[in-house]
Amino acid sequence: MNVVLAKTEAAHAKSDIIAVARDRLPGTGKVADLRRQALEAHERLGLPHRRIEDWKYTDLRVLMREVLPLAAAPDAEALKRAAAALKLHAIAGVRKVVLVDGVFAPTLSETSDLGKDINIRTLREALESGDAASQAQLFSPDNSDAMVALNSAMMTDGVVIEVGDNAVIPLPLHIVHIASGAAPAAMFTRSLIRLGKHASATLVESYIGAEGAKAYQVHDSLIVAIGDGARLDHVRLIEDSREAFNISSAVVTLGANAHFNTFGMNTGSLVSRYQAVIAVAGEGSRVETNGVNLLNGRQHADTTLFLDHAVPNCSSREIFRAVVDDRGHSVFQGRIIVRPKAQKTDARMMTRALLLSDEAEADNKPELEIFADDVTCGHGATTGALDESLLFYLRARGLSEKEAQALLIQAFAGEAIEQIANDALRELAISAAQRWLEARG
Amino acid sequence: MSLLEVKNLQVRVEEREILHGLSLTVNPGEVHAIMGPNGSGKSTLSHVIAGKPGYEVTGGEILFKGENLLEMSPDVRSSKGVFLAFQYPVEIPGVATMTFLRTALNAQRKARGESEFSTPDFLKKVRSVAASLNIPQDMLRRGVNVGFSGGEKKRNEILQMALFEPSLCILDEMDSGLDIDALRVAADGVNALRSPDRAMVVITHYQRLLNYIVPDFVHVMSKGKVVKSGGKELALELEASGYAQFEDAA
Repeated sequence: MNVVLAKTEAAHAKSDIIAVARDRLPGTGKVADLRRQALEAHERLGLPHRRIEDWKYTDLRVLMREVLPLAAAPDAEALKRAAAALKLHAIAGVRKVVLVDGVFAPTLSETSDLGKDINIRTLREALESGDAASQAQLFSPDNSDAMVALNSAMMTDGVVIEVGDNAVIPLPLHIVHIASGAAPAAMFTRSLIRLGKHASATLVESYIGAEGAKAYQVHDSLIVAIGDGARLDHVRLIEDSREAFNISSAVVTLGANAHFNTFGMNTGSLVSRYQAVIAVAGEGSRVETNGVNLLNGRQHADTTLFLDHAVPNCSSREIFRAVVDDRGHSVFQGRIIVRPKAQKTDARMMTRALLLSDEAEADNKPELEIFADDVTCGHGATTGALDESLLFYLRARGLSEKEAQALLIQAFAGEAIEQIANDALRELAISAAQRWLEARG
Repeated sequence: MSLLEVKNLQVRVEEREILHGLSLTVNPGEVHAIMGPNGSGKSTLSHVIAGKPGYEVTGGEILFKGENLLEMSPDVRSSKGVFLAFQYPVEIPGVATMTFLRTALNAQRKARGESEFSTPDFLKKVRSVAASLNIPQDMLRRGVNVGFSGGEKKRNEILQMALFEPSLCILDEMDSGLDIDALRVAADGVNALRSPDRAMVVITHYQRLLNYIVPDFVHVMSKGKVVKSGGKELALELEASGYAQFEDAA
């Protein structure tokens, strides 16, 4: 009885959330209908829990318990705190697009002088435009994942980027998600990047909290469409507050002879989940998806990748590293499907975890489902501690225990970081790893 | 004051006593050879001096420049001038040799209260030492010992020895896995580092190495003790008669 009652209350609570938020959610008509459907799906499913296979290791009913109310639109004070945080995490040589508490912040962004090759709008503009085509690409018809459905229902803002055919965008685009920390609240964002044929661009996504920001929730999603012969380099860095939640997803589609090089690093947040569905839909395409989790304290980070090879002659590489200290928990789930037509697929996945304490935990779940017979596919997973003989060698050469560990951890994470094709982005990941190591003491 | 004084050292590994009261005194400028059959405890001695975990010292002491070495962590021993050239140098993928050398040298200098080397000074120093040891530049860019041949690994140990300028060098089976040409290059590198204020302890199973690195003293170990000490002629004697005569003496 109590359980049913509790669920009903939770459902009511969520309907209240959207009722309260309704006048702040952009879009009417068809958009509002799609939101309603998504919300119904989310309410039916509830928060994901351990009995749902994809969420087995990340039970949000235990870890997150509830979805916080929608964050207020940032006021002048919030923007000031965000600006200070932005300064600390500034990257040289990029074009910044900043979202504060889930809302586009024009004063902190650099969206002027874009040129003719690239078009950037806010999600709000796209949803309110009344343009059915651009609205359709922002909604997934699939509401089977409770958190993606919630994001569809609640998305308030984001960045919609369109790069024209043959355009080469030299300046990386940097979407910065900043939680101003005014109050514990949730932000719901969705962004899209679409690359025309033979276009190339670089996208960096950072998630940070302003000083004092604590238990906030980031609910984000990204839609990526890479046209024939196009290339996207992508890096995401989660450096959220150590009490924050970051629940993100990505849906990526590649055309023919397209190339997607993506890397994720997670050193922040208390609980994070990133699930990416990558559909290799055009022949001759390449995907490299790599990542590093550096965790300590009671941090929990879940990376769930689903690579879908539907056509012949494509390749994919996944290299994932987790370094887990204290009572941290790293989860890597990598699923590769090679469909019957996807002959000559070359798909490989290698995941390794390094446990620095007896209470650290790493779960690696590689899954290969191969329905074509002429393919090269492989996966490997290892978990272990730092090699004592290497530690002794370094200490015999004058490195303290911490210094020796740091050097070996850098080398271990480096195997994934090295896969970042763009030099500047690779440096970015290296410095994020160094910040984690320095904070470790 | 002696550089190294090992007094009546008793060491256990997992309940088994390996060294049963070993004594050895080494003065600056001296080269000591320690010879003995497999299992006599030669490598154990080198590991205990360097501070490798897993050895329990149950008796005796080791003084280094008059200080109790056994109380120091391996990195402190290193910064104070103890250097072990490993029998089997480990491979460290992902750590470029150059990065490793600079990190180690600066860690030692920092521990001694000295300033860190600037990058240009460091590079100049490494390049000149590497050239003298026939170590190509591309080897320095690779991961530490990754894909190195046996000879290259040993040369990399000697490179570190030259760079860190320790006062005590322990060479653990430097000749193992080396052909005669590689051995000569390595030995030349070691000989170039002989100096009046540096001592060396050369651990070897075979006399051959001592043709290239000529010791001042030779000690024969058997069953965890030094059973005979003498001059360099002792090595030749061993070559002729083997270790069997000492097995009973132990």
